Amino acid sequence: MRSFTYERAVTPAAAAAAVASSEDAKFIAGGTNLLDLMKLEIETPRHLVDVQDLGLDRIEDTPGGGLRIGTLVTNTALSAHPRVRRDYAVLTRAIQAGASGQLRNKATTGGNLLQRTRCAYFYDPNMPCNKRRPGSGCAALGGHSRQLGVIGTSDACIATYPGDMAVAMRVLDATVETITPEGRERSIPIADFHRLWGDTPHIETVLEPGELITAVTLPRPPGGQHFYHKVRDRRSYAFALVSVAAVILPDGTGRVAFGGVAPKPWRSEAADAQIRNGAAAVVRTAFADARPTEDNAFKIPLAERTLAGVLAEARS
Amino acid sequence: MDFNAPAGDNLFDRATVVGKSTPRIDGPLKTTGTAPYAYERHEVASNAAYGWIVGSAIAKGRISAMNVEDARRAPGVIAVLAAPEMEPIGSSNWNYAPLFGGREVAHYHQAVACVVAETFEQARAAAALIRTDYERTSGEFDLAAVAPDAPLAGSQGGAEGGAGDPRTRRGDFESAFASAPVTVDQTYHTPDESHAMMEPHATIAAWEGDQLTLWTSNQMIQWAKTGMGQILGISPENIRVDSPYIGGGFGGKLFIRADAVVAALASRAAKRPVKIALQRPLMFNNTTHRHATIQRIRLGAERDGRITAIAHENWSGNITGTGGEDGTLQTPKLYTAPNRMTANYVAQLDLPEGNAMRAPGEAPGHMALEVAMDELAEALGMDPVELRLRNEPEGRVPGDPDTLISDRHLARCLREGAERFGWSARSPTPGAVREGRWLIGMGVAGGYRAAPARQSAAFVRLGADGRLVVETDMTDIGTGSYTIIAQTAAETMGVPLDRVTVELGDSRYPVSAGSGGQWGAASSTAGVYAACVNLRRAIGEKLGFDGDAATFADGSIRAGGRSFALTDAGRVSADGEMTYGDFKRDYDVGTYAGHFCEVAVDAYTGETYIRRMLAVCDAGRILNPLSARSQVIGAMVMAAGAALTEELAVDTRFGYFVNHDLAGYEVPVHADIPHQEVVFLDTLDPIISPMKAKGVGELGICGPAAAVANAIYNATGVRIREYPLTLDKYLDRLPTPV
Repeated sequence: MRSFTYERAVTPAAAAAAVASSEDAKFIAGGTNLLDLMKLEIETPRHLVDVQDLGLDRIEDTPGGGLRIGTLVTNTALSAHPRVRRDYAVLTRAIQAGASGQLRNKATTGGNLLQRTRCAYFYDPNMPCNKRRPGSGCAALGGHSRQLGVIGTSDACIATYPGDMAVAMRVLDATVETITPEGRERSIPIADFHRLWGDTPHIETVLEPGELITAVTLPRPPGGQHFYHKVRDRRSYAFALVSVAAVILPDGTGRVAFGGVAPKPWRSEAADAQIRNGAAAVVRTAFADARPTEDNAFKIPLAERTLAGVLAEARS
Repeated sequence: MDFNAPAGDNLFDRATVVGKSTPRIDGPLKTTGTAPYAYERHEVASNAAYGWIVGSAIAKGRISAMNVEDARRAPGVIAVLAAPEMEPIGSSNWNYAPLFGGREVAHYHQAVACVVAETFEQARAAAALIRTDYERTSGEFDLAAVAPDAPLAGSQGGAEGGAGDPRTRRGDFESAFASAPVTVDQTYHTPDESHAMMEPHATIAAWEGDQLTLWTSNQMIQWAKTGMGQILGISPENIRVDSPYIGGGFGGKLFIRADAVVAALASRAAKRPVKIALQRPLMFNNTTHRHATIQRIRLGAERDGRITAIAHENWSGNITGTGGEDGTLQTPKLYTAPNRMTANYVAQLDLPEGNAMRAPGEAPGHMALEVAMDELAEALGMDPVELRLRNEPEGRVPGDPDTLISDRHLARCLREGAERFGWSARSPTPGAVREGRWLIGMGVAGGYRAAPARQSAAFVRLGADGRLVVETDMTDIGTGSYTIIAQTAAETMGVPLDRVTVELGDSRYPVSAGSGGQWGAASSTAGVYAACVNLRRAIGEKLGFDGDAATFADGSIRAGGRSFALTDAGRVSADGEMTYGDFKRDYDVGTYAGHFCEVAVDAYTGETYIRRMLAVCDAGRILNPLSARSQVIGAMVMAAGAALTEELAVDTRFGYFVNHDLAGYEVPVHADIPHQEVVFLDTLDPIISPMKAKGVGELGICGPAAAVANAIYNATGVRIREYPLTLDKYLDRLPTPV
């Protein structure tokens, strides 16, 4: 771990300005991912701006009947919130499918959106990785890629966004609220928040330097039945091979997002429109442009089968 | 004491302490976090500096340049060891690839540098400043590619059937197989696996003149001392090894590894004690692992289920081109067949050095053989329990009829297990039992694990207060050694358990069998018994009676009508050692188990959940049923991991294990482990030792993985022969959900 300086910000605008004004600065909240990466020197910030004192740890009803989740709300608190459990159950289920109790106690809402990939080649500084060292190549292409992405990937990177919470937020049409170093507030639909890798896999979101997530807002509850089925090799404490977040309405229509398959939670409105036609139709549409490796081609039939199970449960 | 004839009736047959479930006497230290593990022994070397090891970035080749100047100038740095600046060091009887030094790189994450600094953080930060240039050379990393040309293990060019031919043959396998009405001929793959114990390899090393002390985490103190002497070229007499608490070993700590060697070198360079723990990402490629295997099994049987032909061939690879993982070990021992052969081939690979992991050979061997037996039962249309019962030997080892079986109750294990597990409810038709979206299946496997007993010594001291202290270099790797040794001494000397203090793991104590190969419990307690018998004699001499004829019970002694309090003897001490006579050569001493498993497989996603596991074990006297059960359920957990998730993924381009942390190498979590039941048959083996007790720690991993695989087949009708049985391997063949 490289030496770094540290400060605790007192307002969101000051935090954003502090990160923007110093070279190689980063925000730190729960630190559950950042500290691991710093120990491996995959992340080497020279300055950390701690945002834990900003008071952004409340969950509030919005005037439109939705929910505003402060960026510092922990995974544990968010998943246990009565309104989340009642109205946005897919979110509770997704969060509780991730990490461990200890990590969820520490991990925050904003930080979780910024969780970096778990590709083993990204985690080994001896290996080429365009995300870790732009231009060095991608060891995962042609390597051990069973866990990695099948769609939205590129010749530069086949990593996935590994989290669960964001997959549920995608199906709930959440919005990410931010503040820029200039003090300007921005609302970013979660669909636009994570970038596809393209030629710049080291740039993972649309956040500008110093831009701070302040909250995530959820629109009015969508109703219907909520599902989060995370498929993994062991029953807990593992990243998804494939996960399915779904909201199915009484008329059989609904929304579905897939996790563990792409640089972002994977959802398309065209695929949603196929839900009444069954899992095969949805997956055929959602994964039409898939480019799996030999190791991870199974993820596409797995996504179909997992969704089929969800739809069968919704019918029963 | 020489154990030179089968044990007769002795005091352990009327035991009141041995054989009773006894909570571990070291339990409170463990649960309160006060058992000092190697890295935490601040009291032995309060001025220890911190070492951080840098692992090679390539698998094979040469270090062309290493720049350590920035590291040497970094804050807090005391010393930097750079491998290219030193001669290769670190080969012994127990390891091959140099543990440090020289420009040649033998495997990925081999130690190439070490930074010593005032703090852990300074050492780690400075280590990242070392810049190394490598010349990469090509290597062999793909077992499947090199297996076809692999030579027979240890053959050294020996002609088939001649001296040095490691193939075993009886009868005429080829003809018998060709004419058998029912046959199975299948090939199975098991992956490289990691011990992945909780406590990483860790050592504090300190020199006083030419005397080296290693406070470390090691299963075999005497091997550590001898090995370290060979590695450093110093007399073992000048080395002390101390390892009282070990946070898991599973064979990974049988031998001195880089943490100890580099700590010793670093301490010499820094001129003060140095502590080093291997960082978790280094654990998988720097240390040893279980070798992957490819196993071909051919079984031929009559229609009534009698096996007429068994062939088991095994391929694995190692950096040495020797050793490897011999999956055939249990095959001559388990089932009858007049015509049989085994053969074991070892290829040279440039992956990290493989070595023993819990039940080496036998654990993956059962993963193949016991699935092949299930396949034979299927082909015969016979219940797989019944098939095994029909091929149960009588009295002699099936593959070696010159050797007697010491004591064997595998048939009872299987029958009693089937009864307890509700085996009769199993559908013989695969894929036939459904509960909603779940496909339900049951599987069985037999298990065999050799039960060696090794020479083992101890020292026992009776204090004036009537307390006993036992000293032996035996280790407790979480197995319960402290407790069974205390039970043995308490039983033999007739004192309550709380009057016994057990001191372990220090090379200043008498040399024990150590912890490995499932020999620790049987061997170390026999050694303590020998010392206690000598102590009884010494007390008898002091008080004027025949110690062998006296009765020691309840803190008193009755001898020839006279009676003494134990404290009448004052301070008395004795050494003792158990050695073993030649009569044992006539016997195969083994342990046996019937393993049962029920799984549920999601018909949609292929996710497999183990629902129930049962092991019925035949291992002679169980010294402490509580800790023995823990050993067996722990082994069953490890077997569940081997069946379903554990695999060191080989990158055959870069030549290393890719998933080198506990996120990528998936051992089971609590949620994976369902109800587990262990039953010990009430058996005694008079051939093993006076204790009549055999080990169980490896028996528990011999069979359960195959039982899982067979249960998945029974649930789904899909047979997978490549472990781990992850869903991607059978998803496309699952029955349609209903």
